[in-house]
Amino acid sequence: MANKIRIATTSLGGCFGCHMSFLDIDEHILELAEVVEFDRSPFTDIEHCSNSDIGLIEGGVCNSENVHVLREFRKNCKILVAVGACAINGGLPAMRNHIPLEECLNESYRDGIGVENAQIPNDPELPLLLDKVYPIHELVKVDYYLPGCPPSADVFWKFLTDLIAGQEPSLPYDLVHYD
Amino acid sequence: MSKTINIDGKDIPFTEGQTIIEAATDAGVYVPHLCHNPDYTPHGSCKLCTVKVNGRNCSACTFPAMEGQEIMNNTQELNNDRQKITQMLFVEGNHFCPSCEKTGNCELQAVAYSLNMLDNHFPHFFSNRELDASHPDILIDHNRCIFCNLCVRASQETDGKNVFALSGRGINKKLIINSASGQLKDSNISVQDKAAHICPTGAILIKRTGYFVPIGERIYDKQRIDQVSLNKEKKQLGK
Ligand code: SF4
Ligand code: SF4
Ligand code: FES
Repeated sequence: MANKIRIATTSLGGCFGCHMSFLDIDEHILELAEVVEFDRSPFTDIEHCSNSDIGLIEGGVCNSENVHVLREFRKNCKILVAVGACAINGGLPAMRNHIPLEECLNESYRDGIGVENAQIPNDPELPLLLDKVYPIHELVKVDYYLPGCPPSADVFWKFLTDLIAGQEPSLPYDLVHYD
Repeated sequence: MSKTINIDGKDIPFTEGQTIIEAATDAGVYVPHLCHNPDYTPHGSCKLCTVKVNGRNCSACTFPAMEGQEIMNNTQELNNDRQKITQMLFVEGNHFCPSCEKTGNCELQAVAYSLNMLDNHFPHFFSNRELDASHPDILIDHNRCIFCNLCVRASQETDGKNVFALSGRGINKKLIINSASGQLKDSNISVQDKAAHICPTGAILIKRTGYFVPIGERIYDKQRIDQVSLNKEKKQLGK
């Protein structure tokens, strides 16, 4: 096929569980490979996003690097999709949101039980943590949402086959789960 | 001849003194709701049961059925409003379903599923709410309280106690516990009380029971809340 649909994927503050679940489409991946190709993604190791049709974002926005990556995806992807609980509401990482950042860092790196060589990491290479973990729709416009922790392989398959067929994607009741 | 109201084009009989939601439930018509439970005095706070009665928005759980009412219930417009209300409930508290014992059995979540709510739309409050794990058998997670008042009513009306109350307004609203310390362990609640079991969300949980039924095998994993609710509440109304 001449013009394949280009998909970019990334994990921000996520656990890659959504990516693993995507791969659970198993042999459907061969059908998918007929019509799509991957841009920036852990599947390809391409470092930066170029013009793509669909961007799948796993994870919430925890640090400065996540902000840059998310903006790069929004700029380059025609359709941006929040994939999984963390992209949609911050998820587990956002459970730190009511604790001041300084307290979180002190607990993890200075005062916590069993901490040796106590010091807060400050290498300039490290992205700075944000005050809170943000759901991605609080930073950029999001076109579609796939809930679930993770969304099942069937969710990915239903959503992508709808889009590829040129129809408005929809999830029936039995594919909507938040857990 | 019995009196009737009309919901979405269907004539529905009612008896004097019934609310719209009671007449609807009797007739097998589901009106989405969270703070309503047929066993208790209506509270009318969640507004999920909003229907259009002769063109005006009313809460079906508090509004009396009256001859000749033309009621809209299951319309796109009302369901859109209900979805927005549900999204507000989600962003006001802290609802991390994957780490909640109630997931799959939660009425808030089930209503969201049935409205095909895929995101929370609004900015999240990430409010700082507390956990009261003081009681040996019952856990309170204020992060998940939607102020439906059902535990308050159950404690007063069924248990003959007065363990809970809602205090404050707006963003400062809070479920409070009637004990000198404010902690659940110092109240007179017991694990057999109705109030300990009535919470529609994961705000009041019975300890050490959360995973008896595995995730994926729970009530709303298999069935929609409209069916579950009608089956249950018709029995409560004695039908
Ligand atoms: S109470 Fe319900 S909606 Fe809230 S986190 Fe628990 S399962 Fe999710
Ligand atoms: S604890 Fe549960 S039953 Fe009580 S008001 Fe909150 S949500 Fe309602
Ligand atoms: S069910 Fe009527 S207002 Fe809550």
